[in-house]
Amino acid sequence: MTWTQTLHTAWSAVRSHTLRSTLTILGILIGIAAVILTVGLGLGSQKDVSARINSLGSNLLIVTPGSSTSTTGVRGGFGSNTTLKRSDAVALTSKDNAPDIAAVAPEKSTQLSLVNGTTNWTTTVTGTTASWLGVRARQLSAGQFITVAQDTARADVVVLGADTATQLYGTTNAVGRTVTINNVEFTVIGVLSTAGSSGNTSLDDLAVVPLSTAAEQLVGGSTRDAVSRIYIEAASAQQLSGASQEATQLLLNLHSITTASSADFTVSSQESLVSTATAVARTLTVLLTGIAALSLLVGGIGVMNIMLVSVTERTREIGLRKALGAPPWAIRRQFLVEASILGLAGGLLGCLLGVVSARTLPKLLNSTIVVSGAAVAGSVVVAVAIGLVFGVYPATRAARLAPIDALRSE
Amino acid sequence: MADNSPRHGGTAPLDGVLPIGAPTAVQERFAEHAATPVIELAGVSKTYTTGSITFEALRGVDLRIDQGEYVAIMGPSGSGKSTLMNILGCLDVLTTGAYRLAGEDVSELDEVELAHIRNRRIGFVFQQFNLLPALSAWRNVELPLMYAGVPSAERKARAMDALARVGLADRTANRPGELSGGQQQRVAVARALVSDPDLILADEPTGNLDSVSTADVLGLFDELHAAGRTVVLITHELEVAEHARRMVRVRDGRVLSDTDPDDHAAAHVADGEGAAR
Repeated sequence: MTWTQTLHTAWSAVRSHTLRSTLTILGILIGIAAVILTVGLGLGSQKDVSARINSLGSNLLIVTPGSSTSTTGVRGGFGSNTTLKRSDAVALTSKDNAPDIAAVAPEKSTQLSLVNGTTNWTTTVTGTTASWLGVRARQLSAGQFITVAQDTARADVVVLGADTATQLYGTTNAVGRTVTINNVEFTVIGVLSTAGSSGNTSLDDLAVVPLSTAAEQLVGGSTRDAVSRIYIEAASAQQLSGASQEATQLLLNLHSITTASSADFTVSSQESLVSTATAVARTLTVLLTGIAALSLLVGGIGVMNIMLVSVTERTREIGLRKALGAPPWAIRRQFLVEASILGLAGGLLGCLLGVVSARTLPKLLNSTIVVSGAAVAGSVVVAVAIGLVFGVYPATRAARLAPIDALRSE
Repeated sequence: MADNSPRHGGTAPLDGVLPIGAPTAVQERFAEHAATPVIELAGVSKTYTTGSITFEALRGVDLRIDQGEYVAIMGPSGSGKSTLMNILGCLDVLTTGAYRLAGEDVSELDEVELAHIRNRRIGFVFQQFNLLPALSAWRNVELPLMYAGVPSAERKARAMDALARVGLADRTANRPGELSGGQQQRVAVARALVSDPDLILADEPTGNLDSVSTADVLGLFDELHAAGRTVVLITHELEVAEHARRMVRVRDGRVLSDTDPDDHAAAHVADGEGAAR
């Protein structure tokens, strides 16, 4: 009995019980499609998260202040201190001290109300320098960005985020209009292009003013020189760790701190943010895939059940084949191939359903599903393996039937 | 065993009474094996054990069937004839004794070797036809060749040839459900023939057939016998058994008589006691 004959025989057996085979295949199909979709969803959300973090800019390092302790001993969280100064940002731009750093953009953010006549809108007002646009990889949809001269001159100019502009001016052109922040009249000189959202923060709802203006006109007081964070763009991806070391060393010197462990700031890279965020997504993926795999197991038990029914029902056929000279291994192989065909059909159709769903579902769920070739190929292999594993017992039972008993059965 | 076998010469394949060794036209190709009996049973017993109950289905059967013989094994139900058929067909193993099929000792063979023997040496015809309903006639007929590893083209040619020999050349593509009972049994006979076996073993082949089909199928066995085949027929019907050249009656697990219906009286007197002993 050659493989082609075995295949032919098994195929006609599968085909002769269309409904039963279809239902068995359905069990595997659903399991495989579920695995492909959950793995795809997991990969998709990981991709989403890293894309969002990368949308902050490329080759970025973020310096945040350390925690603060008030005079009453209440300790604030990371970033609550005001140890980062505008002068730190200026020092970091030095090519001599930090050759790996390409650009620096300090940010001083505060929540303020913007007023345009009778319309008002509260948003994050960020004071920054001219390099911000490049460092944060943002584009303008209209007007200009803040210039170095405007920063030096403490000009009362503002660049609005796309959503903020819409809230204040509707669909009309915002450039050239005025907006009042903290009783100071600002001129809108530009509007940023949309950039989506980073986590829960919208990247399109903000107002950008020169750092000096923010410090003197909007915040003032003793914390006027403090910045919320400093974005550092490394010259290239390879120079990222160099830039990180240089920034750390420079800031330690500036803050007169001798041991790195007692630093009053944190330098974190995008990679560390990405890996933290994707670790969460990965855990979720593993969990969901586990559940999907369980449904595959149920499908496998379905295959075993149907194969046992098939063996019982075809006892006479098995007896006849044995009488005609089929050795036990040929019978076993026939039933194993039959089970594998069920598994393979379920696997292929499951892949089809999975891929089609992966194409259509994202539009409905507004999420990304990444179908990886490895997951598809793996699923087919797993489906065939399930057919084989769950086919072993029924096939062995068929092979062990004594020919006379099998022939006598009705 | 061979020394005291009185069947020598008494059961020549054709009408003429020839010594077994003399090559007839049909026997020529078997000339070198002519002296070897197809079936040789010596003191065969079969005991079934179900829990604490043991049942002796066969109690010391001796039987010798030569090349080209047409033998009917008769007996009522419970006589042990089915057990005898299963042992002759290598479908079951004996408890004690020895069985030589075409000179080969098959008493000690394992399952795989027995499957091989059944495939090469025995052609079965069953009461229930046992055709696979999903396969066409010629696909059914080629089954034994498939397990023998015969290549596809040759299988088809031989299956078609076998179907032509049983008069079904125009029905090769039909499925069993599209054939009459008699035609189905003819397909089964073609399947038994296709591997050119040493022995054709038919178990109540006419049990499910009407009288016309019965005559039809029995005629086919007569033709096979005439062509030099060794045919063993298991039946409980006398009129079926009478087609055979030799009748072995079985009762209570023993051979009761071994006679030649054509030469009834002579066989009874001369061979009755010593038959197959």
